[in-house]
Order: sequence, then C-alpha cells, then structure tokens
Amino acid sequence: MLLKRLVVCLDVRNGRVTKGVRFEANADVGDPVALAARYCREGADEVVFYDITASAEGRPCDLEMVARAARELSVPFTVGGGIRGPEDMRAALLAGADKVSLNSLAVASPEILEAGARAFGRQCVVLGMDVKKVPPSAAIPSGYEVVTHGGRRPAGLDAVAWAREAARRGAGEICLNAIDTDGVREGYDLEITRRVSEAVPVPVVASGGAGEPRHLAEALTLGRADAALVASMVHTMGYSCQDIKRALREQGIPVRLSP
Amino acid sequence: MVTILDYGAGNLTSVRHAFERLGERPEVIASAAEWRGGPLVFPGVGSAASGMAAVRARGFDALLRAAAASGTPVLGICLGMQLLLERSEEDGGTAGLGLIKGACVAFDPAKAPGAKVPHMGWNTVAPAAHPVLEGLGEEAFYFVHSYFARPAEARDALGTTDYCGERFASVVGRGSLVATQFHPERSGAAGARLLANFLRWEGR
Repeated sequence: MLLKRLVVCLDVRNGRVTKGVRFEANADVGDPVALAARYCREGADEVVFYDITASAEGRPCDLEMVARAARELSVPFTVGGGIRGPEDMRAALLAGADKVSLNSLAVASPEILEAGARAFGRQCVVLGMDVKKVPPSAAIPSGYEVVTHGGRRPAGLDAVAWAREAARRGAGEICLNAIDTDGVREGYDLEITRRVSEAVPVPVVASGGAGEPRHLAEALTLGRADAALVASMVHTMGYSCQDIKRALREQGIPVRLSP
Repeated sequence: MVTILDYGAGNLTSVRHAFERLGERPEVIASAAEWRGGPLVFPGVGSAASGMAAVRARGFDALLRAAAASGTPVLGICLGMQLLLERSEEDGGTAGLGLIKGACVAFDPAKAPGAKVPHMGWNTVAPAAHPVLEGLGEEAFYFVHSYFARPAEARDALGTTDYCGERFASVVGRGSLVATQFHPERSGAAGARLLANFLRWEGR
C-alpha cells in the first residue's frame, strides 16, 4: 500500500537554518544538512530545503549545500528558492537533489513547467503554491487566490485552476501552502487542500498550519493530501518525526515507522 | 569493488553516495572497456528508449550480458531494472536486454480510480527468500515510476508491491541478476540494508 508521507521543511538563510530549533545542545544545530540528517534518522520521509534569501539576492540555491545533502541523506529531498530557469534546475538535480520546487517563477513563466518536465521528467518538478482566502469572484471562483513574494503579491490566479494547469503543463507534485493558516499552528486549511487534491492527478503535499499530529491526520484524510509538511512542529515545538508517525499510525493512517 | 555504470542516468550520484555511506569506494565507468571486474550496479532514471540507446553506445549491453553469463552479481535500479527485461511499452515500444523474460507495461489509472501515476512515494515490498533481501521484512521503499515489470516467469519476481490495481514485481532476479523498481539509495535504513546485502552477495 502506498504510504502517506511526512515532509520536513527547512528554511535556509545564508546557508543556515533560520527558525529556532529545539536541539540547542547540538553544535550543528544551524547546519541544514546536519539537521535534515537528524530528522531522517527520526523518520522523516522527505526533506525540503527552501533557500529564502536566494531569490532576493538573485543567485541560485546553494549548490554546495545540495551536494552535501545528497551525500548525507538517504531519503529524497527537494530544493527550492532562487531557481531562475532550466539551467538552475539542471544544476540542482546534478548536484544531487531529487526534485526542484518552482513557485514565483512558475507563476511568471508557466512554460518552465513544460521545459522542466521535458528535460528532467515530471517527477523532478514540484509546483510550490502559496494561496490566500479571498471573496469568491468570477476571476477567483474557488475563493482562494495564488499569491507570490511571501503572500504580498496577488497573482490574479484561482488556486484550483492554477493547480490543474500546472499539473497539465508538467508539475509532478504540488506543494500547497495556505498563507492564512501558515505559522498559526491551528491546523491546515482543509478545504483548499481537499479541493486541490481532488482536482489534480498528481500528489499534493499539504503545508501551512500544523501544530499537532491530529492536524496532519486531518490533512491526510479529510484533506485527501498525499503528504503533510511540517516545520515548527519539529523545529521548536518538541515533536519528533517518530512521535508524529506513531500518532498517525494510531489514527489508522498508513505511514512508514522504521526510519 | 563495486562498479556503477554511467550512461547519463539521473540517479548515479545518489547511488554512488549510498554505497559511500556503507564505506565503499565505488568505481564509476563510462564505457564497458573500463570495467576491472567485480559486481556491477546498473542505475537509471529516465525514459526507456533514450536509456537503452545510451547503454548500447557505451557497450554496457554486452557487458551486462557477459556478467549474466559468467555469474557476476548485477544490481539494476529503476530504469536499470526495466531494461533487463525483453521489452518495454514505453516510447512506443522499446527493446530491452532480454536477460529476464517479460515486459514493462504502464499503470492504467482506470483500474483504480483516484490512483495517481507516476507511482511516487513510499510503498511496501513483500520479499521472497533471496540473499539480497535478507533481514528485510515487509519494509517500505521509495518508488518513482509509471511503468512496471511483468516477468514472464513467476519465480523471477523476488518481491511484490500493490499499486493502481496491480500486484507488480517490485524486485526481479535471475541467476546473478537482481533488480529493484524502487530506489534503495533513497530508501533510508531498509535501502541501505539491501545495498549492504548486495555487496556481500556472490551472485548465487
């Protein structure tokens, strides 16, 4: 049986993990690769490194870090942030990343999804999308609009329509981040998660709002997501990946328990 | 020493690192003439037709046939597994090496409404008794693929996985060949165990 995945996201700023993390005693605590390796040992099924300063600085993601992650991690990992075109995707994949996440670039130039899928296979192409609740309108019938630049810039795209289009163009997976619930820790936005999951023929990763294992269970059942992404739950709130997996298993959700 | 065949396959780096984590120093060769003996790893991500063309261009087709004939251990991974079969439906029909009888066919999403293709993520493998699968119970491994192996002879299926209305052969093998549809190099401790078993295996 295909198992539900637990994905851990690490925000990287200038080569270091930015959010506070719980392993204060560990000297490697700010090193994204060392931290990711630790999460993998504890049972994370997948890791996402998001280089949050790359875009602003007009540089690609840190390829030295990607190469180190490829050496040390024994589970798949995605890199995002700062991808400017197919050549940056190629560089990240050659350095050892399994997938590349495209967000603002895909909104600005959707043909990157076709180009990426053609060159590297759609399984390497992840569409990252940030969505925000708005009053439903003719342009945004789902009531969820795609936003870029950390939620500051509305893209004028309907979330469900964009997800469908991206999958048709070549995205092999969609990571759906709900801006309104992100960081609030009161649960994922189940409505948009379910609507996008039902609309596309590719896996959907729910993101934004996890505060306790029950929230992941909801996203993976009511939200119909294939995977659930966490950040602060494991970085600062004291949950281990193993705690979360066990809680999911107790809820009857099929997950991988042996790391 | 284990040798990895480099024919431009996408997961070569990951496979090399996975063996390095086990303390190995794999040799990576770009043509058959460079092989200096020892077990072979035949990795692969990509499409069947371009993969097979690259395999032939580097002389790896003859090398793999000779390895199978002489009992040299070979580990195929993903596309490397699919190309060991006689043919694949992919790219309008592609001839494989034919070292294992049978074909690769596409998942049919109509068989299981809601099933997503490619099959991507962790799925469980029910293993048969084989030295390369020793110590593995019904563990989860990481899969990414749209085509699956249908070996002609049931005994060539060394592990099975359920997806999209199929119980398919996720591990195949015959003689000194063993091959996985999943990616042991990306499958945590279970994958590392399989690779370590392969390193100890004498191909019998």
